[in-house]
Amino acid sequence: MAKKESTLKNMVICLLTITVVASAALAGVYNMTKEPIAAAANQKKIDAIHQVIPDFDRLKRIAYLPPDGKDSVILYYGYKNDSLVGVAVETYSERGFSGHIGLMVGFKADGTINSIEVLEQKETPGLGTKMTEPAFKDQFKGLDISKLPNEQPKVKKDQGTIEAITAATISSRAFCDAVQRAYQAKKRGDEK
Amino acid sequence: MNQWSNFTKGFIKESPTFALILGMCPTLGVSSAAINGLGMGLATTFVLAMSNLFISALKDFIPDKVRIPAFIVVIASFVTMVDLVMAAYVPALHKTLGIFIPLIVVNCIVLGRAEAFASRNSVISSLIDGLGMGLGFTFALILLGCIREALGNGSVFGYKFINPTSDGILIFVLAPGAFITLGFLIAFINRFRKTS
Repeated sequence: MAKKESTLKNMVICLLTITVVASAALAGVYNMTKEPIAAAANQKKIDAIHQVIPDFDRLKRIAYLPPDGKDSVILYYGYKNDSLVGVAVETYSERGFSGHIGLMVGFKADGTINSIEVLEQKETPGLGTKMTEPAFKDQFKGLDISKLPNEQPKVKKDQGTIEAITAATISSRAFCDAVQRAYQAKKRGDEK
Repeated sequence: MNQWSNFTKGFIKESPTFALILGMCPTLGVSSAAINGLGMGLATTFVLAMSNLFISALKDFIPDKVRIPAFIVVIASFVTMVDLVMAAYVPALHKTLGIFIPLIVVNCIVLGRAEAFASRNSVISSLIDGLGMGLGFTFALILLGCIREALGNGSVFGYKFINPTSDGILIFVLAPGAFITLGFLIAFINRFRKTS
């Protein structure tokens, strides 16, 4: 077949065909992957809840919109044999070095922090990303935020108790901010 | 040109990273760890091979004046497919690579090979060229990633070989470290190419 001339008709037909075929192919792939993507995201959330609070057999979900935030903080109350074993809080901070950070913070029934999992972060590789490592996030284990000054976890640079990640103070502060948001949401949730 | 040299030229001789200096944005961005380099490289390889294949097959159907938009649509479609499939089946890796997967669309290597090679050569040669260039890119990213991860974090592919609590030379995982490492590698490879 000879090369098509660049006439208006040929160009329109060519681009139209290519875009229509491409859209059809994309629509197909989108439909195929829609469910696995949703399932993967959901599974990740459930795994995170299991990791941050003790074993439970029933979950109660409450959404709470913080006054200063644009997204809801989601509270998951975990019950075993109808007694509260812990609360997992899906929280976030917009103050990360590269914006949004999502955490799952687990509180024990007595209100101290049990464990924290990082759901999403876009921090600097090798620096801020260390927030996902136990060396940093395990500092929060057993912390009772209600006993801290102003009920706020803070890094040492801000006269707090948390040792910030080397060269990633902003990420560490954002992490504290997200934990603080989780605590405030849980406080409201507990009142209900 | 025989198909074997067509395939191997992407590694050193016409390596997209070390010889053509194309696609620097993802190269510098994702090479902070070896595993990211591997994932990014393989995703790009798939896009390169598939887009080369299709563009070569369609080259007589596409009029010259609209070839660039046509190539971009083909490339962007494959990139979106890779993006969706990775989000569905390897969510962890997809999360690490983040913005760099959609950015394969604007990676000069892909459009460069479509324009310089696939639109002038047979389907088989183009497919092999795409695979070779993609794997060459992967090789370059892994090499850069290993060096930066080893110096900056004391690990390779996540396996730490220094005291786990200590840090490496931090600058190597940051952007300046990427430029420094790439500069030394290009200098070294140029020297090697000249003497051989």
